[in-house]
Amino acid sequence: MSNPALKTSDPSSPDDPQQHDDAAGYYVPGDPIADTKAPGGPVEDKWDTRQFEARIVNPANRRKVSVIMVGTGLAGGSAAATLGEAGYQVKTFCYQDSPRRAHSIAAQGGINAAKNYKGDGDSVHRLFYDTIKGGDYRSRETNVFRLAQVSTNIIDQCVAQGVPFAREYGGLLDNRSFGGVQVSRTFYARGQTGQQLLLGAYQALERQIGAGTVQQYSRHEMVELVVVDGRARGVIVRDMVTGELETHLADVVVLASGGYGNVFFLSTNAMGCNVTATWRAHRKGAYMANPCYTQIHPTCIPVSGAHQSKLTLMSESLRNDGRIWVPKDAKDADKDPREIAEDDRDYYLERIYPSFGNLVPRDIASRQAKNMCDEGRGVGPEVEGVRRGVYLDFSEAIGRLGRPAIESKYGNLFDMYARITGEDPYEVPMRIYPAVHYVMGGLWVDYDLQSTIPGLFVAGEANFSDHGANRLGASALMQGLADGYFVLPNTIRDYLADSPFEKIEESHPAVVEARESAEARINHFLSNKGTRSVDSYHRELGNIMWEYCGMERTEDGLKKAIDLIRTLKDDFWRNVKVLGTGDGVNQSLEKAGRVADFFELGELMCIDALNRRESCGGHFRGESQTEDGEALRHDDQYAYVAAWEWAGEGEKPVLHKEDLVYEAVKMAARSYK
Amino acid sequence: MKLTLKIWRQAGPQAEGGIRTYDVDEISEDMSFLEMLDVLNEQLINDDEEPIVFDHDCREGICGSCDLMINGEAHGPEVTTTCQLHMRSFRDGETITVEPWRAAAFPIIKDLMVDRSAFDRIIARGGFVSVNTGAAPDAHATPVPKESADRAFDVATCIGCGACVAACPNGSASLFLGAKITHLGELPQGQAERDTRVASMVAQHDHEGFGGCTNIGECTSACPKGIPLDVISQLNKDLRTAIRHGH
Ligand SMILES: Cc1cc2nc3c(=O)[nH]c(=O)nc-3n(C[C@H](O)[C@H](O)[C@H](O)COP(=O)(O)OP(=O)(O)OC[C@H]3O[C@@H](n4cnc5c(N)ncnc54)[C@H](O)[C@@H]3O)c2cc1C
Ligand code: SF4
Ligand code: FES
Repeated sequence: MSNPALKTSDPSSPDDPQQHDDAAGYYVPGDPIADTKAPGGPVEDKWDTRQFEARIVNPANRRKVSVIMVGTGLAGGSAAATLGEAGYQVKTFCYQDSPRRAHSIAAQGGINAAKNYKGDGDSVHRLFYDTIKGGDYRSRETNVFRLAQVSTNIIDQCVAQGVPFAREYGGLLDNRSFGGVQVSRTFYARGQTGQQLLLGAYQALERQIGAGTVQQYSRHEMVELVVVDGRARGVIVRDMVTGELETHLADVVVLASGGYGNVFFLSTNAMGCNVTATWRAHRKGAYMANPCYTQIHPTCIPVSGAHQSKLTLMSESLRNDGRIWVPKDAKDADKDPREIAEDDRDYYLERIYPSFGNLVPRDIASRQAKNMCDEGRGVGPEVEGVRRGVYLDFSEAIGRLGRPAIESKYGNLFDMYARITGEDPYEVPMRIYPAVHYVMGGLWVDYDLQSTIPGLFVAGEANFSDHGANRLGASALMQGLADGYFVLPNTIRDYLADSPFEKIEESHPAVVEARESAEARINHFLSNKGTRSVDSYHRELGNIMWEYCGMERTEDGLKKAIDLIRTLKDDFWRNVKVLGTGDGVNQSLEKAGRVADFFELGELMCIDALNRRESCGGHFRGESQTEDGEALRHDDQYAYVAAWEWAGEGEKPVLHKEDLVYEAVKMAARSYK
Repeated sequence: MKLTLKIWRQAGPQAEGGIRTYDVDEISEDMSFLEMLDVLNEQLINDDEEPIVFDHDCREGICGSCDLMINGEAHGPEVTTTCQLHMRSFRDGETITVEPWRAAAFPIIKDLMVDRSAFDRIIARGGFVSVNTGAAPDAHATPVPKESADRAFDVATCIGCGACVAACPNGSASLFLGAKITHLGELPQGQAERDTRVASMVAQHDHEGFGGCTNIGECTSACPKGIPLDVISQLNKDLRTAIRHGH
């Protein structure tokens, strides 16, 4: 391997990748990534330095500069509004009928910021440190520091927009603590923080649309990226109402198209979340970083049947008062839980992790729930032969605090649970199970949020840099808005200062090529006359991903998954059935394009997981555990970002490694025992 | 459960539409209404018939995409979104009629899908606070009484689904409009533009072809987020003040 830094690993270790390159044969090693373009100097000063050094586009020239923004969630909506205010000509695209419906709307818990309003010792440094540690030392130090720095401005900005955050009686902002962090830094708007933040960004965006600086294209899906002379210069989008393929060209393209958790089919993501925008860019030269990093959330409502389309998250705060258990004896699995005696219950988290109990981090809680169900001790309805649920029991808390106290704390969650399951959680213990929630992987970006394609920038969940192998609660919203309001608008201007760029015609061969390849894909699906629906393939792909590239991965499982995916993908291209035509609304056609890209992503996720023979964050490698079954990280071997380059159809991807350098924090092992 | 579904099918905005009847079987009580439609769509695809088009995304009651008239009621028999309506609200053997939102300002695109972009255009005419990025004072510079913040939050939870319009015999969007006017009107940040906001949003509302409010109250009883009727009084009050101030 070409990266000299890796040679420092201990050769006597049985997990030495030099001896154990599980993924050998699946990829080609490439050159290391030498530079992330962060300025020199101490980490505290880098962002100031960069902002000062980034060149400025004169206000009179800005209206001659055009920007394409794909995605209008928290990241894209806030970035487009800010660029519009600055005077650039912005076009935004989203697949929903309105930017207000982006998936960011669903975030419940809150948003972090180092405001130290409680005077409990919070600071930019502490938020920075918590985020690095929470990410299991697999995120990029320089980016995370900047995230913590700008976090405070986000709250100011949102309050000025009229976001109705929770307040105390004195009229000042309230906040709470979240996800095991020891200070109170999470700002919230009841259980609908994402909604209120998104409406703030959406309103700022609509203001610019009204003012004419931003043109919004709703129900438009990006299906191809246009790269001319090595630079991103536009997109091909499908008007999802008329079916027309449109070409939009600009000086710079920004992708803020969200995460790809829907590769698993069942997840807490909105149904339309997809990887197409970023995958199309990947195929055109943008590296895909750490694709296998998936976050699994432990407290979701379990699958009830084979027709389930979506999993619903229940806020993690429930673990503060609920006790998690399964029957000791698998034979009790279908008994009424109230009839299972105390002695016959296994409060497994309290048993295995006496000091953290039910409050262990997300990845540990999730994995142990799966273990219990795999042992046959899961509860709830049997789906495909296995009961996938564990009890989250409030009876003890109700006894101790009284029902009204529980109602006032968790009432809306209990109601939501009752609506979905038809069971009363005040009477019968809730059933929960982990579900795919968020992806930490995404397109590789440098310190400026620029991908490996010049002129292609990536913001929000679509990029990879800030969360490492695990994401702390309430930090995705923070990252989306930090990127959108503050980082990207400052870094992009340095790139745009080189404008005017050469004008591109729609007849340029690169534009024609992009358009024709999008057209060819659509025509293939419409004329295929296969026998199986798109959804049936997606569901099957999702099962493979969940089984072998989900919470626990092993070398054998991943290799098996790659074979299964390749076979299924082949069948998909030959046998998928899309009815109707291309010249109007055709939801099966939309899904077919997305699932086609999920197949390719799924395979790369498995290869990435195979390469990373260590357990870290939400990602547990069976081959890398301590004697008592805990996750074992290998900093000496895997403290790198795996950035994958597309090598062509049917070719092995190329692995570029970016060494993770920690100057301001020291790496340490995690322990929750 | 077995069900008979009478569903509005319409090939495009100009095409003539009509009700078609379909039978579905093996529907479980735990399915959401949209999952039931997924099952029907799989069945249609198997039978070489184009699946039914409908809008949906989050499927957890927050994005406001889903929008079906079920047995003549916006979002169906429960006060919730269509995606949070479960089949246990129906009886085995029941016949269910499913239609798109009906309102002049929400033209049909295809089958059950309508165009609600008029809502965005109303917001673009003043449903915001004009503040540029980076120019904000410290968040604690202006205290907001808790009651105002709570009230602002309560009405800011409108998901823009349009059920209020669909339920209103006049096709008025006054509840939607009133919710935004009240949200920003409750907060100190929203005061500077209070008059211009209401005047231009109402003008846009009328321009889009939404009807006038005659205080029937169907909107609030159909609203999945419980936006109260008094936001419409607030809207009228703000409008009167704006007119008095010369807008
Ligand atoms: C249930 C749930 C709860 C959560 N709770 C929290 C929380 O409490 N705190 C927290 O910090 N985080 C939370 N998260 C995570 C957080 O919500 C997301 O990571 C974040 O909102 C992503 O924002 P984004 O702007 O990057 O993407 P999104 O909001 O997903 O926006 C993506 C945009 O891209 C568009 N798009 C996608 N593909 C295309 C295409 N091909 N063509 C055109 N447009 C396209 C979409 O239309 C949309 O506008 C939660 C997530 C979930 C699922
Ligand atoms: S007021 Fe209620 S019914 Fe009307 S759009 Fe808002 S949430 Fe929907
Ligand atoms: S699908 Fe989002 S509210 Fe129903």
